[in-house]
Amino acid sequence: MKTTTVPLFKEKDMDFMIANIAESILSKLTKNKLKDLAFIGIQIRGVPLADRIAEVISKKTGITPPVAMLDISMYRDDIGIRKTLPHIHITDVPFDLDEKIIILVDDVLHTGRTIRAALDAITDYGRPDYIRLAVLIDRGNQEFPIKADYIGETITISDDKLVSVLCLETDNKNGVYILPAKIGEGELIK
Amino acid sequence: MNWTKKDLLSLYDLSAEEIQHILDTAAEFKKVSERRVKKVPALRGKTVVNFFVEPSTRTRTSFELAEQRLSADIINIAASSSSLSKGETLLDTTKNIEALQVDIIVMRHSAAGAHNFLADKLKCGVVNAGDGAHSHPTQALLDIFTILEKKGKIEGLNVSIIGDILHSRVARSNIWGLLKLGANVTIGGPATLVPKDFAKIGVRVCDNLKEAVEGADVVNLLRIQHERQKAAFFPSINEYANIFGLNEETIKYLKKDALVMHPGPINRGVELASSIADGPQSVILEQVTNGLAVRMAVLYLVAGAL
Repeated sequence: MKTTTVPLFKEKDMDFMIANIAESILSKLTKNKLKDLAFIGIQIRGVPLADRIAEVISKKTGITPPVAMLDISMYRDDIGIRKTLPHIHITDVPFDLDEKIIILVDDVLHTGRTIRAALDAITDYGRPDYIRLAVLIDRGNQEFPIKADYIGETITISDDKLVSVLCLETDNKNGVYILPAKIGEGELIK
Repeated sequence: MNWTKKDLLSLYDLSAEEIQHILDTAAEFKKVSERRVKKVPALRGKTVVNFFVEPSTRTRTSFELAEQRLSADIINIAASSSSLSKGETLLDTTKNIEALQVDIIVMRHSAAGAHNFLADKLKCGVVNAGDGAHSHPTQALLDIFTILEKKGKIEGLNVSIIGDILHSRVARSNIWGLLKLGANVTIGGPATLVPKDFAKIGVRVCDNLKEAVEGADVVNLLRIQHERQKAAFFPSINEYANIFGLNEETIKYLKKDALVMHPGPINRGVELASSIADGPQSVILEQVTNGLAVRMAVLYLVAGAL
C-alpha cells in the first residue's frame, strides 16, 4: 500500500466503522448487562473514538456508558530504550472497574505492546468481569498474542509505513492516512 | 517537549519549559498514589541508590517511596556506613556504586556543587537531593507544584520567602524556579541572613516582615536553625519569633487567600505559630504529598533519558 496525502478512509468511512463497532458490541450484550458496559480510551486517539462509540450506543439504547481515558506511558516496556519518552497525557478513570464489562479502545492495533501495557494498567485500577478490545484499524504484524474483538477495518501494510488516524477532537480533522513511518503524524497535523 | 537530561542538578540549569514539563508529568504521577494499587512498573528493572552523605529523613523517605511506587530496586547508603568515612574519595565511592550497574544515584551532600562535579564523570543519572546551601531542586519543584495546584498559575504571583536565606538551598532553588516561571519573588528576614546581593538576580530584598509579606499570594517560611544562633546572626529565638514570626497578627498582612508554606521541620512558635501551621491557609502537608509525585516524575524522566 502506498503512502497517501489524501485519506485512505474519510470521515464518513470512520463514522461507518464506529457505527459497526457499536452495533457489534450491542449484539453480544444482553439487555440486563448494558448497565455494566464501560469504555476505556487509550490516549490519544482512543479517547475520542471511545466517546463516539459510547455516543452511538447511547442514541440506540438510551443508556450512556461511562468513558475513561488511559495513558499507558508508565506501563511501557521501552523506558530507557526509546530515545525520548512520550509526553504523559491525562489518565482519568472516573468509575469503579470492578465487575464491569470493559471495551478498551485504540485507533490502530499494530505490535500489541500498547494493549499489553493497557491491560496491566487496567488491572491496577480494578477487576472487570471481562475486557474486550476495539480498534478502528487493525494493521496486522502483532508482536504479542493479542487480537482485537471489534475492528473497523483490517489493512495489510508493511512496517515502514505509519497508519495515522486523525480525529476532529484532537487533530481538527477526521481521516485515516498512510505515511512513511519516519515522517510521523506531527507533520500531517501541521 | 522531549526531556533529554540524565541528571537533575539545579533548577538554574532548566528552562521554564523543562520545569513545566516536570510539573505536568508530576500531576499524572500524583494520581498513582491515589489509586488502589499505588504502584506503576515504569522503573521496573532499574536500580536506584539513595546516597545520603548528609543525614535526611523526610527527603530520603520521600525519594525511597517514590522509587518503590515506580517499581525500582533500591539501596540506601548513609555516610556513616559508606567508605567515605575510611577516606575514599566521593568520586571513587560513586564510581564503585556505578560499577554495580546502578541506573540512578540520588545524593545529598554538604558540599555545594558535588552533584555537578559527579554528573559529567558518571554514566548513571544523578539526582540532587540537596547540596550545601546551593540547591534542592525537588523541594522547589514540589513547592511550585503546590502553588500551581492551588493558584492555577505562577506568573505574576507575589511569593515571599522568609527566614534564613543565607544558608538555604530551598530558598535558592525556589528563587530560580519561581523567577523562570514569572513570579515576583521577595526575600525577607534579619539583614544578617538575607543577602542584599540577591537583588541583582531580580529578587526584592526586605529586612522587615510587614514589607516583605504585604500583598503576598504565597509565603514560604524557612526553618530557623537553632544551631545557627551560636553564630549570632540574630540576638535570640524569642526576638526572631517576635519580629519575623508569622502568627495571628502578622498573617493579616497577606492576601486573604494567601498560601502558607514550610519545607519542614517546623519550629512551632518560632517562624510559624501553631494556629497558622494548622490553619486553613496552610498547605504544609500537601507539600509533603506533592513531594512524592514530583520525585516520581523526576526519576521517571531521568530514567527515560539514560
